[in-house]
Amino acid sequence: MSASTALNAPLPATGAAGRPAARLWAGGLLAGAAWIGAALLIALLPDAIEVGRTTELAASAGLIGLALALGSLAMPLLGAAGARLRRAGPWLTVLPLALAAWELATAKFALLPLPFFASPQGLLEVYLEDWPRLGESTLRSLWLLLTGYLLGAAAGFVAGVALGWSRAVGYWVHPVLRLLGPLPATAWLPVAFFVFPTSGSASTFLVALATWFPVTVLTWSGVSGVNKAYYDIARTLGASPTFLVLKVAVPAALPQVFVGLFMGLGASFSVLVVAEMLGVKAGLGWYLQWAQGWAAYANMYAALLVMAVMCSSLVTLLFKGRDRLLAWQKGTVRW
Amino acid sequence: MVSVALQATAAAGMAVDIRGVSHAFDLEGRLLPVLDGIDLQAAPGEFVALLGPSGCGKSTLLRLLAGLDQPSEGAVLGDGAPITRPDPSRVLVFQDPTLYPWRTVRANVALGLEARGLLKRQGHRAQQAIDTVGLTGFEQAYPHQLSGGMAQRVALARALVNDPRLMLLDEPLGKLDSLTRLAMQGELVRLWQRSGMTALLVTHDVEEALMLAQRVVIFGPRPARIVGELVVDRPHPRHRDDPHLIALRREALALLGLSG
Ligand SMILES: Nc1ncnc2c1ncn2[C@@H]1O[C@H](COP(=O)(O)OP(=O)(O)OP(=O)(O)O)[C@@H](O)[C@H]1O
Ligand SMILES: [Mg+2]
Repeated sequence: MSASTALNAPLPATGAAGRPAARLWAGGLLAGAAWIGAALLIALLPDAIEVGRTTELAASAGLIGLALALGSLAMPLLGAAGARLRRAGPWLTVLPLALAAWELATAKFALLPLPFFASPQGLLEVYLEDWPRLGESTLRSLWLLLTGYLLGAAAGFVAGVALGWSRAVGYWVHPVLRLLGPLPATAWLPVAFFVFPTSGSASTFLVALATWFPVTVLTWSGVSGVNKAYYDIARTLGASPTFLVLKVAVPAALPQVFVGLFMGLGASFSVLVVAEMLGVKAGLGWYLQWAQGWAAYANMYAALLVMAVMCSSLVTLLFKGRDRLLAWQKGTVRW
Repeated sequence: MVSVALQATAAAGMAVDIRGVSHAFDLEGRLLPVLDGIDLQAAPGEFVALLGPSGCGKSTLLRLLAGLDQPSEGAVLGDGAPITRPDPSRVLVFQDPTLYPWRTVRANVALGLEARGLLKRQGHRAQQAIDTVGLTGFEQAYPHQLSGGMAQRVALARALVNDPRLMLLDEPLGKLDSLTRLAMQGELVRLWQRSGMTALLVTHDVEEALMLAQRVVIFGPRPARIVGELVVDRPHPRHRDDPHLIALRREALALLGLSG
């Protein structure tokens, strides 16, 4: 047996070692029952306010309940996906309860003041009826965010490495960075919309700027914090300056670079929303403002939910990339 | 155990000439003299051990020979030419293994080949070096998965892969357990004999110096000056209970001021 397989050998699964895997997933049946209960409550209790899509909501909850119940019975066939489902069990049980409580407080008994609080079927209605506009807004936001973020991250990475590596670059760029870096990117908004030919390019610039600062600072601190002995060893082994930068400084600084990329992503989200509200008049930020202007609060919540899913997915993607590249590190933050 | 065949070229060893070298560090405006008028020669292919109290400047001297630092005074020559910058023909195995944590054992060992663009043609030499230090099977492990002694052996392999003509060893066996240490001492001697390289070994261990080297140079406390030199005129393999070695050991300890 090679050492690498010995090192990577998985720990024996405690369930497999202790007792044979259960054929039936009781927690899953419970979760399924909770979803079906919520579905019955939504379908059978009369609505106190005027809302559409109650039937569709009940049907969706019921379908989820049925799927969960089937999944619990077929647990042995599901394999790894089944194991992940089991881990989500408690959440899958609590979610329908929360849904039922929300439904009761809004649609069924109208306890929360309308129109500020939307009902679950109100949200569902937005997704079913306004999806073209919501979808287009999401795509536009994604495009603006990704182009701005990638430009800013690339520029920040290069600037950070140059700052950490070259004294001359440090001399000229450091004061500029110190003065202008901490300025919130949104403060540039009036200037950007004046200087750039289109509001789209101005917004891209602002998102890039917001990303650039944290990526630059953290890449820089990562590169200048590299153990000097790493350079000495590589030099005695015949490394050229290019090799020292690309194969020693950059990989050694990579954990810090990812902290910068993570912070830059957070900053780019907030700039995105502001730029869309004030500048480009498109995208989810604009949709939010538009919905608020028309007092369409259900649309607002629907857009917020989409935005949350989008931001969270992007962060997940970033962390997945980090875990791949930094597989040699142990005990990093989980996402 | 030995499977590596490092080509012994005609002039494999490098002649080392240290002439009147003094060195001082600048500690916040105050000069800290570390080396004081060191004169030391090593013939091509010679194995010299450097013994001295902690902090006297042995690692500093090796850094000068590696070309990582320049002496404040005097000259350091390799084959008669001044040493001004690092070169893969002179490798330094640091006191601390300092592996690159993002590289596997194999990638750490292959770094020298990669840096010189030889990886494609001579990649197999990395494997040979790994086998030589007894780490076969750990090629894909990351440094954090290794013990201290294993990490030290990777550092040794990383130096060996370059086929050096001058090997500067800064307590390379310091972190090994006594059994591995003995095995590695034998291994070092065989490597040195086979390759014909010049070897300079810094160690704290008098016995180790006497077991391995042809000549033992003893330094006094900082700023380091050479206080004595012992010639160990015994063929390898040596035995630690050899009466000649025991006599030399007493002499070395006396020069270090340790036994009356
Ligand atoms: N880069 C540096 N800057 C300032 N002082 C240094 C530097 N490197 C070493 N010194 C000082 O030089 C002296 C000698 O250091 P050196 O590392 O050469 O000792 P050494 O003989 O190798 O000791 P040991 O056997 O403990 O490894 C020490 O007092 C140390 O504080
Ligand atoms: Mg030392």
